[in-house]
Amino acid sequence: MAVPKVCGIETEYGILVRGAENNPVTASALLINAYTGAVEDQVAFDLIAEDPRRDARSPDPLDPYEFDPELEYVPVNAVLTNGARYYVDHAHPEMSTPEVRSPLEAVIWDRAGEEIVRESIDAAQRLVPVGAELLIHKNNSDGKGNSYGCHENYLVDRTLPFGKVISAVMAHFVTRQIFAGSGKVGCEFPGMSSDAVDYQISQRADFFEEEVGLETTVRRPIVNTRDEPHCDASRYRRLHVIAGDANMSEVATFLKVASTAMLLSAVEDNPDLEMPALANPVRAISQVSHDPTLAAAIQAFDGTTIRAIDMQWQLFDIARTWFEQTGGEAVGEADCTLALEHWERILAGLENDPLTVADSVDWVAKQRLISAYAERHQLEPGAAALRAIDLQYHDMRRHKGLAGRCGLLTLVTDEQVSQAMKSPPDNTRAFFRGRCIERFPDEVLAANWDSMVFDLGAGPLRRVPMDDPLRGTAELVANVIANSATAKELVAALAEPNE
Amino acid sequence: MPDRIQRKMPERQSEESIESEVVESDRPATDDLDDLLDEIDEILEENAEDFVRSYVQKGGE
Repeated sequence: MAVPKVCGIETEYGILVRGAENNPVTASALLINAYTGAVEDQVAFDLIAEDPRRDARSPDPLDPYEFDPELEYVPVNAVLTNGARYYVDHAHPEMSTPEVRSPLEAVIWDRAGEEIVRESIDAAQRLVPVGAELLIHKNNSDGKGNSYGCHENYLVDRTLPFGKVISAVMAHFVTRQIFAGSGKVGCEFPGMSSDAVDYQISQRADFFEEEVGLETTVRRPIVNTRDEPHCDASRYRRLHVIAGDANMSEVATFLKVASTAMLLSAVEDNPDLEMPALANPVRAISQVSHDPTLAAAIQAFDGTTIRAIDMQWQLFDIARTWFEQTGGEAVGEADCTLALEHWERILAGLENDPLTVADSVDWVAKQRLISAYAERHQLEPGAAALRAIDLQYHDMRRHKGLAGRCGLLTLVTDEQVSQAMKSPPDNTRAFFRGRCIERFPDEVLAANWDSMVFDLGAGPLRRVPMDDPLRGTAELVANVIANSATAKELVAALAEPNE
Repeated sequence: MPDRIQRKMPERQSEESIESEVVESDRPATDDLDDLLDEIDEILEENAEDFVRSYVQKGGE
């Protein structure tokens, strides 16, 4: 049975200081501290339960395993009242949305993350030396072979063998870039020169070297096996997806998440479902990306060749059939309906005239700017000005960002986004996390995805487990939080039977 | 519930019939693109070459 597709998005932003020493770690810390200091009561994220070395291919999820938990130094690590985590990951600021229950909610809290980053830039800009400037980009590559991620997460039934998870998503992760790619000038494929490709579909495709694996920073795999469910491991997996671009288009973010959630659900509901497969996914992901004419044929597992767009039509049909047969409850009926509409519209548009989906697909919107600008100024492919446009498409500063000027369709309202900057979703455990931090900032010592630690003054620290992402919702805990005058009362009330 | 964009979606059709429906008005207007290019000329990073060269990101994920 398909479990509810609780999901979330983690975005690492590019960061650059101009006019002063460019240290991305201190700049990231400054950015986040400027926001949390100005706006939020900071609560630390608790790393004790983090275990990114755990591998989904281990036969028994509860067996002891050979790796030590990797406790990395994280200089700034905050949990926000909207349930998000905002922290310095290596040398980038990273925003992890709270757990949400639907793809459209993923868009709302991803957009809220963008607006928090924008407020952070404004707050941090007042703290940098005169003449210095902080630049933040929602992209995935510096054009010089360095990449950073936009990861997605999906709740998956633990009883589904991981091999089935792989077959549910592999062909999709290779081909979904035709609607979810963010576009890139030039080539970063190892061993190829930068100008070997004028313009490609994906920011990230050049960086994948394995089909399946545990790594995220070297030998990147298309399907990542990190098995760190952040919830009851006997019931659930969290599929950690690293093969995707950060999107500026709300439609692209929405469809990327919704299509993936639907395909996972289809295979959970019918593990014997035959999913289309590719002969060489690693080769195919860059082949598809390097051909914005969409004509490239990639090799299917059965030896035939197929275009990415035809593979997408097959996956679209699988998702639609699943929706018609089940009603789509695991993802949400309204979200499925909307996703299928956009999926069909965009595939048809890409097939006939990609410019008709320039309002929805980032790589098409960016290509439109770059082609027209090159024509106006008689620029060669790969010219510095075109690379600057590529970067500036993702610039988070309102007065500089180009994506916001391209007429991209929106799916959510400014009011929803503004509310989501402060408030958690009400239908996952993020509600409990966010509201506790809002109500009892002094007593919440630390927060994690699956627990909260309270310091109640006297006595030992109290850890409140949150093993089920679907509990801790407004329906279950709003009253008890509202009726508790202190954190001590709240913890006592939660310990009572029937709570 | 969040606002939804309203747009009538056709049933999936044969390539021929889709092709016949592609009309210029589905594309973003060319005038808007000219205005946008004017704006890019104004706001594009000065000295694009230096900007692109200095844009280096290390360490991630």
